[in-house]
Amino acid sequence: MQIPARPAIEVMREAPVRGRAEPNMKIIVIGHGMVGHKFLEELQQRQLADVEVTVLGEEARMAYDRVHLSEFFAGKSAADLALADDGFFAASGFRIRLKSRAVAIDRRRKTVTTLAGETLAYDKLVLATGSYPYVPAIKGNDRRHCFVYRTIEDLEAMQASGKLSRSGVVIGGGLLGLECAKALRDLGLETHVVEFAPRLMAVQVDDDGGRILRSKIEALGVRVHTSRSTQEIRDGATARHRLVFDDGFHLETDMIVFSAGIRPRDELARENALAVGPRGGIAIDDRCLTSDPDIYAIGECAAWREQMFGLVAPGYEMARVVARQLAGESGATFAGADMSTKLKLMGVDVASIGDAQGKTPGCRSFRYADECKQVYKKIVVSADGKRLLGAVLVGNADEYGTLLQMTLNGIALPADPEFLVLPAGDGKGKPGLGVDALPDSAQICSCNNVSKGDICQAVAAGATSIGEIKACTKAGATCGGCVPLVTQVMKAEMARLGLTVNNHLCEHFPYSRQELFHLIRVGEIRSFDDLLARHGKGLGCDICKPTAASIFASCWNEFVLKGELASLQDSNDYFLGNIQKDGTYSVVPRMPGGEVTPDGLIAVGQVAKKYGLYTKVTGGQRVDLFGARVEQLPLIWEELIAAGFESGHAYGKSLRTVKSCVGSTWCRYGVDDSVGLAVELENRYKGLRAPHKIKFGVSGCTRECAEAQGKDIGIIATERGWNLYVCGNGGMKPRHAELIASDLDKAGLIRLIDRFLMFYVRTADRLQRTSTWRESLEGGLDYLKDVLIGDSLGIAGELEAQMQHVVDTYQCEWKTAVSDPAVRQRFRSFINSEQPDQRIVFVRERGQIRPARAEERALAAADPLTA
Amino acid sequence: MAPENLPWTVVCKTAEILPGTGVCALVDGRHIAVFRLAGERYHAIDNIDPRSGASVLARGLVGSLGERVVVASPLYKNHFDLNTGACLEAPEHSVRAYPVQVSGDDVLVAVS
Repeated sequence: MQIPARPAIEVMREAPVRGRAEPNMKIIVIGHGMVGHKFLEELQQRQLADVEVTVLGEEARMAYDRVHLSEFFAGKSAADLALADDGFFAASGFRIRLKSRAVAIDRRRKTVTTLAGETLAYDKLVLATGSYPYVPAIKGNDRRHCFVYRTIEDLEAMQASGKLSRSGVVIGGGLLGLECAKALRDLGLETHVVEFAPRLMAVQVDDDGGRILRSKIEALGVRVHTSRSTQEIRDGATARHRLVFDDGFHLETDMIVFSAGIRPRDELARENALAVGPRGGIAIDDRCLTSDPDIYAIGECAAWREQMFGLVAPGYEMARVVARQLAGESGATFAGADMSTKLKLMGVDVASIGDAQGKTPGCRSFRYADECKQVYKKIVVSADGKRLLGAVLVGNADEYGTLLQMTLNGIALPADPEFLVLPAGDGKGKPGLGVDALPDSAQICSCNNVSKGDICQAVAAGATSIGEIKACTKAGATCGGCVPLVTQVMKAEMARLGLTVNNHLCEHFPYSRQELFHLIRVGEIRSFDDLLARHGKGLGCDICKPTAASIFASCWNEFVLKGELASLQDSNDYFLGNIQKDGTYSVVPRMPGGEVTPDGLIAVGQVAKKYGLYTKVTGGQRVDLFGARVEQLPLIWEELIAAGFESGHAYGKSLRTVKSCVGSTWCRYGVDDSVGLAVELENRYKGLRAPHKIKFGVSGCTRECAEAQGKDIGIIATERGWNLYVCGNGGMKPRHAELIASDLDKAGLIRLIDRFLMFYVRTADRLQRTSTWRESLEGGLDYLKDVLIGDSLGIAGELEAQMQHVVDTYQCEWKTAVSDPAVRQRFRSFINSEQPDQRIVFVRERGQIRPARAEERALAAADPLTA
Repeated sequence: MAPENLPWTVVCKTAEILPGTGVCALVDGRHIAVFRLAGERYHAIDNIDPRSGASVLARGLVGSLGERVVVASPLYKNHFDLNTGACLEAPEHSVRAYPVQVSGDDVLVAVS
């Protein structure tokens, strides 16, 4: 390895942070992974005075979410996975050095030396070095296209290799191995898992559970090979590699990923004579102190009572303990951690609680297996039958929260514990734990150590939605496994306090938007007066009127300015333009897919010139014309319509644009006709009214020039068809869209988009974009897939039919408006004068108009208010 | 002042205002927003939204908040009481309210 030519500095002295005097405690953290960063967050929260904190990160990136690493292959970017940014360090005053590997500790002089030769002094040192993937000593394990699965760089290398491979093997069928298998499958590879033990997830599940898990995983197209020990990897005959097993059988594959467990990064401890555990790991006591009283170790590198923890929750707890210690809470101790886990592997629920294997002497178990539905559930109870010791759930883990709490809190078992895992029957209901039975101290979120009491306090302080609870307590914000239980606790506490979950649209309608949608549709309500009379009170307002108008449009799709409907529309929809700060409007003609002929562009330019409009190209690949007065709008539209244009619905909570790259028609890399598809989709969904605006993007290849993954609906061409991504967003809170289905043909793609859009239109809240709607959906993407692809609610046909109705009843609103004299006469500045609004004043800037500022206007015209 | 002594101006016919909406009338150089609500109730306030300085209040959505009849500015959604002109969110942005009456099918506003 090359050492950069940089002079060794004896002891780094940097300017004191925020003008403080020399700090009285210098803290160095080695390692900026999830646990290292959690430690920083915990430290920051405690606002210690006079500390100087420096973190050394070996990777080029700041901490990121390794728990959700496999989502990288489902469309998440490194930025999505990031846990920290410069803002955190700016706010905390902590310093970070990336690509800065600690190579030596001088415990006597209390310094750390980095690979670059810098020496930094510490008063307290925190080792959060994590672990590394164990690669079994198999001959050929260092061949090209052999990987481990730990860092984003590993994933990028896998991704690159995946493009050159047809098949991939994961060596190791544990929790991480199966995550990794999902990644390979997402890369489109024929996927195999090779496991040494006789079953998958040998630590977490038992033989029967392993059998069901295996058949479920195999049903997803992953080949599973258990009780296989790989002896050698060499050149294959039909693929890049051949794995040779100890029984002489072999398997050929193009790519190999080792996921055979992790080993603690304890080399710094070993080299500096700190005690390590018998199975490795830096030995720590209950205070997380190593054998040196100024050095702590936390996370996967640490061994507490000879035990290492490969989960994030215990690491977070250690981080908290050390932060509390440093803040002077000498009583803060680590008391071990519950290793129960619940996860979803390729859509298969797997959970393991406590003594899952039934190793406690005298324990007894209850098992339920359904080989048709492929569900397996086992509970392990104490010898006296009074306490729950552990459980295994495969295929359905609905009871996880209940069973975990029963185990952790020693809650007395019901008389017939078997009903805890039996499907609810007619005769006997499932014995609910009832969150009331939990003590306030019960830990609900183990990742962030949030107790029932914490959640109740947050509710009392005003948090009444799962989003607010997440934001203020962090419960459910890491792995998300506890969200259903957090929701239960929240609702129970709200009920106890006499609060109701108020999702009412406004004071006039005691219903959510979704409920109102249902009432309108089922009751075939077509007017606001009727709606108000049947379900509301008062006169309505600027919230419920446009909402009702939007729902009427989604359901019945009548002309939005027809009769009474007009009085419900926001100014934008009323004038079919976008109101600007000076009360003028902007006009956007539709250019489907961003495609426009030279004549079309000239016509748009001529209209802009004739009416003196400011012209700007939009982000959605069309042209926006600004500065039109209301009385000019019908004239402008008439000219645009004559040139072949239609309304672009830029003013509506409706489909805006379908952005596209140029695609295979022209681009030498394009694999399909993205413009053609974009035009077709834009023409199909134009005019659809929705809870908020909707944007599409279509890219002709994975280079993604249309930025489709930042759109509500994103489509990317592949060699095998179209990949559909949903619920992305740019704007204020960017969110990458998630892959919902791959390799679709056009008919299948349109069918799925129909269902998706109509389901969103039906169920979202007012002004909720698809991205926030998706975030609030309990069950997340899997639930969406169940409903839209699996048709779990049995509404797919209905959604498609409803969309077809909207498509079939489309009309260009500008055209209808200009041809209806009653509508047209509303377009005037004054009811009693033909003169234009003299308050609208423009000045010129960069060759075009812009609204005059107040002081410029005062100069240009006498102000009627002051006149 | 007794109503008959107010300086009434005819601004439009009742049929020219779509029920549940407003129009803007020019009276002595002032921009007046005139609203027609359900039950043939009429209101008039200044049309200029003090927050933006734009002449737009007649284009806002009308409705009720509690017992008050209001219009929401189409620009920043601040609400004005149609009876008093008071701005609910920021009293310093309140506007004037004007007397309105209907005579036959004429709508009249008194601006003084």
